[in-house]
Amino acid sequence: MTAQVAAVFAPGLFSSEAVHIAAGVGALVAVVTSVVGVFTVIRGQSFAGEALGDIGATGGSGAYLVAVGPLWGFVVGNVIAAGAMELIGIQRPRGRDLATGIVLGASIGLAALFLYLTTTSQSTTGAAVTILFGSVFAITSSTVPMIALLSAIVLATMLAIYRPLLLSTVSFDMASSRGIHVRIVGALYLFALALATALAAITIGTILSTALLIGPAATAVRLTKRPVLAILTGAAIGIATMWVGIVLAYDSYEWPPEGNGWPVSFFVVTLIFIAYLLSGLFALRKPRRSPGPTERSGAAAPAAES
Amino acid sequence: MEGPASSAVLEVQDLDVRLAGRKILDQVSFTIAPGQFTGLIGSNGAGKTTLFRVILGMQSASAGRVLRGGRARPRNDHLIGYVPQKFLLDPDLPMRARDLVGLGLDGHRLGIARPSRARRALVDEMLEAVDASSFADTRVGRLSGGEQQRILIAHALIARPRLLLLDEPLANLDLRSAHDVVALLARIAREQEIAVLISAHEINPLVGVMDRVVYLAQGRAVSGTTEEVVRADVLSKLYGHHVDVLDVHGRILVIAGAGDQRDLAGHEGSFPEILTT
Repeated sequence: MTAQVAAVFAPGLFSSEAVHIAAGVGALVAVVTSVVGVFTVIRGQSFAGEALGDIGATGGSGAYLVAVGPLWGFVVGNVIAAGAMELIGIQRPRGRDLATGIVLGASIGLAALFLYLTTTSQSTTGAAVTILFGSVFAITSSTVPMIALLSAIVLATMLAIYRPLLLSTVSFDMASSRGIHVRIVGALYLFALALATALAAITIGTILSTALLIGPAATAVRLTKRPVLAILTGAAIGIATMWVGIVLAYDSYEWPPEGNGWPVSFFVVTLIFIAYLLSGLFALRKPRRSPGPTERSGAAAPAAES
Repeated sequence: MEGPASSAVLEVQDLDVRLAGRKILDQVSFTIAPGQFTGLIGSNGAGKTTLFRVILGMQSASAGRVLRGGRARPRNDHLIGYVPQKFLLDPDLPMRARDLVGLGLDGHRLGIARPSRARRALVDEMLEAVDASSFADTRVGRLSGGEQQRILIAHALIARPRLLLLDEPLANLDLRSAHDVVALLARIAREQEIAVLISAHEINPLVGVMDRVVYLAQGRAVSGTTEEVVRADVLSKLYGHHVDVLDVHGRILVIAGAGDQRDLAGHEGSFPEILTT
């Protein structure tokens, strides 16, 4: 029994400072990304979430160039990008994907330049891999206060706009008829999304940050029919996948090819994917309440009027 | 603080609306008294949704004014409850019917709703009032069109408005659901003294329930009782050309066309044209 426990929780796991930081930051960021991610899923803005994740590569590589921590780069880059998306018109129903796509394209162009400059002018050959795929083990204790502060900002923002944002997500017209400033609420949400993807990027890498933002949230939305429960479930799934991923990554130092260990981000993302697939089985098992065929087909027709 | 008790819930006075140079509403005037059930009848493109948007303050007028509870700027945001034109709720939205009704109570407030017995009782009471208790805990996006309509009505009513605006709530509903929704609205108007303004392109589902009708055509309006408004001479003047109003086994047909070529089987778009039914 002890041998089996030791096989899972390798010696040194619980005494390693890197593991402590990883477990704490991973859990905090999982909560933050779930609060934001549930709205990203139900607002159908996964593309904006993915784009802001990718755009982190620009900020991150820029940060390497000017020799500051990558988190600063993620935050500054993402907030600027979110502001540009807002200006181009991400809140217009037809402009949403367009605004996201244009900002993403421009930003990745910059990332190409920054990464080229860092790899040629400096001897930081690992920069690209670190920024793109990240490692929660690489987070230093000096970065933790900044991560905590950003998390607090995101959580406070989301808590404040929770109800107006939920109602705006259901219907723009219903929300604005109640005196809600839907555009302001939408812009605040976009700001929270920019910071949340920055936090996800420092945790599991820019390219994989969408997985943490969307995966647990999408799984939770399948499992529960209440908004607050969806957020809590998403947070629990996020924390679980982070922690199991950390344990597996720690164990993988014993795995071939010897000595280096596998990327922790790989484990986390794979676990998130498996959780999503399992939730699909759960959704299949539950009988769907089928709406009347005539009403559903009629309601699907666009009803536009002056 | 309510508005002056004696005055109308809604007064629309000489309202003009121009959008992109086109005149959408032209000198529209009517009033709605407390508890009155009013039908806003007009074909697609007559300007019904635009009129609603002006009443709700989501669209500004070029001329004229709208008084809500006797004031141009109502002090109370909840004076008017609104059920927008049919839209499709996402079936996977993690939200029960009762959650959406609850958002009608406090969805404009900051923060998260604190669950309380009083709040739950209010939501339950409202679900009961729209006969929705049996599906209160179902995901709202998985309900049928008629069921969703009732939830949206409960969402609008729970803030205790004095006027309920419904934009084409009967479109896309089968006859039976449409009848149920109209009966429900009539009961609410009567029992809770809430004025109802309901837009529709068909007049017949509302005949017998409406206290008054506002008939909208080409941006202009006439209002009064059904008997005063839905008449050949009044509607001919409104449309600017001759129309006939026929009573076919108790159903009203408003038909544009020259006398001899009348063809009751003619459908919309053909000549002669059935303007409203």
